[in-house]
Amino acid sequence: MGTVLFFPREKREPSPNLPNEVEKLIIDKVKKVNKQEKSVKNEKASDMLIGKWIKCDNCKEILYKEDVHKNLSVCPNCGKHFRLSARRRIKQIADEGTFEEIGKDILTKDPLKFEGYLKKVESLKEKTKIEEAVKCGTCKINGEDVVLAVMDGNFLMGSMGSAVGERITLAIETSILKRLPLIIFCVSGGARMQEGIVSLMQMAKTSAALAKHNQSGLLYISVLTDPTTGGVTASFASLGDIILAEPNALIGFAGPRVIEQTMKQKLPEGFQRSEFLLEHGFIDKIVERKDMKDVLTQIIRLHK
Amino acid sequence: MADLSAWDRVTLARMLERPKSLDYINNIFTDFIELHGDRNFGDDKSIVGGIAKLDDISVTVIGEQKGKKAKENMERNFGMPNPEGYRKALRLMKQAEKFKRPIITFIDTPGAYPGMGAEERGQGEAIARNMLEMSNLKVPIICIVIGEGSSGGALAIAVGDKIVMLENAVYSILSPEGFASILYKDASKAKDAAENMKMTAKDLKNMKIIDKIIDEPDGGAQNDFNQVVKELKQYIKESIKELSKYSEEELIENRYQKFRIMGK
Ligand SMILES: [Zn+2]
Repeated sequence: MGTVLFFPREKREPSPNLPNEVEKLIIDKVKKVNKQEKSVKNEKASDMLIGKWIKCDNCKEILYKEDVHKNLSVCPNCGKHFRLSARRRIKQIADEGTFEEIGKDILTKDPLKFEGYLKKVESLKEKTKIEEAVKCGTCKINGEDVVLAVMDGNFLMGSMGSAVGERITLAIETSILKRLPLIIFCVSGGARMQEGIVSLMQMAKTSAALAKHNQSGLLYISVLTDPTTGGVTASFASLGDIILAEPNALIGFAGPRVIEQTMKQKLPEGFQRSEFLLEHGFIDKIVERKDMKDVLTQIIRLHK
Repeated sequence: MADLSAWDRVTLARMLERPKSLDYINNIFTDFIELHGDRNFGDDKSIVGGIAKLDDISVTVIGEQKGKKAKENMERNFGMPNPEGYRKALRLMKQAEKFKRPIITFIDTPGAYPGMGAEERGQGEAIARNMLEMSNLKVPIICIVIGEGSSGGALAIAVGDKIVMLENAVYSILSPEGFASILYKDASKAKDAAENMKMTAKDLKNMKIIDKIIDEPDGGAQNDFNQVVKELKQYIKESIKELSKYSEEELIENRYQKFRIMGK
């Protein structure tokens, strides 16, 4: 897979004997912690114990979570773009203190009365501290006013049910009403099964709203992140005037496993990844996370 | 036919001998001329389309086409379109708009084809584009689910002013088998899934997703096809008459509102 590697720091080869390296790191930390006073010591020690470390699923390097977060949730070692919560994404894209949420009161519906669904949603709300799989609002990006919608893969895989469809539609309509550019960051497993046909209809609803947006002569930038699949790919994600993608994001209509079952063969490396879509003409540009805000700003200003 | 379970209807909707899009096209309309190709990649046989007469007016007709025999079904890819199928449909719909012809679509698909080529040629984009364009077309659109209406593959030709289902047709986010394997982790629970998915014509009418149910004789549409054709033709004519009263702007705005309230 031709992932472009980029490093804000020195390049390191993944170590073959990782556990030792990690142990050493932890021992170093513990030594430092040991010199500190008791209350701080307890906090730092427990930090390590309760999993403040993560392993990069690409280069297998063990990374300190804080370092990863400071690096925009991109692996400092290999450049892998980790999945991002809506909250962190907004922080990276919107000018500080400018994001004003819209549609927060639009909540999950249960048209199928599907057993256990609302209970699951409640527990997810508690766990993720968000109410649904997309956050929408108005904000400034380097001083430019926009409507921004950011999906969140932590909430039922970013699936689109009535609330997501309704919030996205409201964002599109707000963009039309205020005559502002629209930016949607997509991450989604597709339409939300638990809401059945109503979820399916959100594809038509959001696409129809974008038809209106299109008629209004306004700019819509769609940004595809890992993963963007199913009903979201087959609606607003694919309808941007300009479509950007983060590196190596999985983007497609059918999921890889379904295709493998249909074709009765394994998919080639890199199939349905951003670079593949660029090659096949379905996205305009691959943009690394560190450049995303500036590229968005440039595009917005080119349309003024 | 009151007491059928949702699964019974799924079975009826999938029957090989059930009338397919071309049966409706050839029996409701006259002078049908089939038009081929998306002018870009190829001609997808799982979607048929062309121009025909509805009594004295010209209309554009489009349908997802399954086969009635195993061999034809293979040729038609079991009614699972590739992107070029949806793009052919879109080309014919834009043509209809140019010549101010009403559009009638027939939906009958297990879903858009999940193949490698389909992905390479942008299945998601093709479906999305159709929905966007259909919501903006300046001519009346009537969409009729005649068998299986499954997933975005169905919706890609089902954004219209009137959405109709035959009594035993089903319309859902995906097949009950797929639903069961995802949500119950067990594809064999498809029967249960069908009951819970609210996928029958009656369910969708209650949920205000569709406008009209066309009755079928006992055992399915093939048992008295003439009657079904008669009722459907009547409904199409009435709908076109009703929709012709609106200006282009009103037509598009009403269509927008129709989908706008779904899930609100
Ligand atoms: Zn890495």
